[in-house]
Amino acid sequence: MGIRSRDVTILNIIGHIIVGLFALIAVVPFFVVAINSFSTEHSIIYYGYSLIPKEFSLDAYELVFQNPQKILRSYGVTIFITVAGTIISLFVSMMAAYVMFRKDVRYRNSLAFFLFFTTLFNGGLVPFYLLIVQDLHLKNHLMVLMLCGMFSVFNILILRNFINGSIPDALIESSKIDGAGDFRIFIQIILPLSKPGLAAIGMFTALSYWNDWWTPLMFVEKENLYTLQYTLYRILSSANFSTQIVNSVPRLDMPKESLKLALTIVATGPIVLLYPFVQKYFVSGITVGAVKG
Amino acid sequence: MNKGFIHELMKNKVLYLMFVPIAVYFIVFNYYPMAGIVVAFKNFNYSGGMFGSPWVGLDNFEYFFSSGKAWLVTRNTFLYNIVFLAAYTFFSILVAVLIAEMAGKVFKKTAQTLLFLPYFLSWVAVAAIVYNLFNYEFGVINTLLKNMGIEPIDIYSNVSYWYFILPFFYVWKWVGFGSILYLSAIMGLDNSINEAAKIDGANIFQRIRYLTLPLLKPTTIILVLLGIGRIMRGEFDMFYQLIGNNGILMDGTDIIDTLVFRSLVLSPDFGMASAGGLYQSVLCFVIILLANGLVKKYDRDHALF
Repeated sequence: MGIRSRDVTILNIIGHIIVGLFALIAVVPFFVVAINSFSTEHSIIYYGYSLIPKEFSLDAYELVFQNPQKILRSYGVTIFITVAGTIISLFVSMMAAYVMFRKDVRYRNSLAFFLFFTTLFNGGLVPFYLLIVQDLHLKNHLMVLMLCGMFSVFNILILRNFINGSIPDALIESSKIDGAGDFRIFIQIILPLSKPGLAAIGMFTALSYWNDWWTPLMFVEKENLYTLQYTLYRILSSANFSTQIVNSVPRLDMPKESLKLALTIVATGPIVLLYPFVQKYFVSGITVGAVKG
Repeated sequence: MNKGFIHELMKNKVLYLMFVPIAVYFIVFNYYPMAGIVVAFKNFNYSGGMFGSPWVGLDNFEYFFSSGKAWLVTRNTFLYNIVFLAAYTFFSILVAVLIAEMAGKVFKKTAQTLLFLPYFLSWVAVAAIVYNLFNYEFGVINTLLKNMGIEPIDIYSNVSYWYFILPFFYVWKWVGFGSILYLSAIMGLDNSINEAAKIDGANIFQRIRYLTLPLLKPTTIILVLLGIGRIMRGEFDMFYQLIGNNGILMDGTDIIDTLVFRSLVLSPDFGMASAGGLYQSVLCFVIILLANGLVKKYDRDHALF
């Protein structure tokens, strides 16, 4: 069908306009921040933010990197909890998914409901807060950053569906006949064959660790345990943030506004640069999840 | 029966052991706090703790409901979530349908990637962006207004702007995610009907109106009902980051979650926090049961349980 009919052309025009507009709206606000972080303080104060920087300057970034200990420290904390938390979360979630997948586990549906019920009812914030602070004494502890929100019931159920759809029962049966134990089957067969599912769920887990600021807001007062996003939040929301970040006597010509912008870019830049390369895992995760959790 | 239970555990002991770590986690972090809801009926003090503090019956609830806050935050939580859900569903389907039907592979791929960007930003970063757009002195909006010779507007002290800004940024953050979700549903539709309609002379708008959208209806209804199940669970991250503790905007933007948070952390008021928290949990539980009942009635296979 070489020639496109008129209705298809009209839809194409409408589609390009609407989708294109939405795509622009999605990215422009971030790029306004990015562009203005390279602007001088003077031009922000006098002309306001603009789409093209009037006076180019790296002052703000220089200030950030003059004394980068705090930023680097929270980068370190965040990278650590993201990597370690994601690995532990994936391994334990996958074990649970595997147990609920095995048809010879008679109580597998009860186990699934035991997990699922927690998505229907919860004790609310106060008992959870008291548990962490009073019973587990995890306040100001690195572990709390990993333990809070470590598992998602929906992710576990998606992993189980993934195993269900990709690993035939006969494979389990034949491995058992060959003398492999249940744990060994998990390590040597289930894990390697579930890499796509693990990659997708692992990405969601990693992103929620990376972007976490709620846990330190609730449970961390020690500055050396701040996560990256929480450090950014503290700096943006405190009145004398500039002295906080650069550990120095505030100068009159301190680029306050552009410093905020530069910090936002330093804290979110890596993920913006990285996500186009990993988004396919998120897309496959959403698609698998859409087929009923 | 009992013998069967022990026998089953022994037979699959490795498998049940493999479930122990997750079971321990959920017992400690989810089931134990469920028992902790008793704190809502107590006059909490730190030495007595969750279970040892003295009982006060329904005093905390009386206090919560007579404070005038209960109705306000319930209304706000409910109305915001209704608007969020409606706008999110509408725009996600719009984008998904257009992307599914239009030509231009590279354009579509690029647009999808760009649309997905906000999903990856933390609400802290989004708050920084929002502040840069709307602040009074040098925000983008006010800079534009000033350049056009119009008086700048003080968005951070006028709540009526936020009735639009909050839904806008909710959709902004989630439409990339939602459109992928609906797009995958469209891709799963049977294409042969569409081809047949094309041969019969239906134009593309008719095919969208009379084929794609009706075929998408089951998925939409399920997703909306699941969204309704979460209608009393506020978007704490968004409200806390975008509004924070701005007193001027409080009445129009306080939701149950922000009230409970403030009562617990900022102005220690355990009575208010625990009563509000339990009130929300029970409300959520009842609503999700109702929503699931509706899903079940509509389509058994898609019910949650």
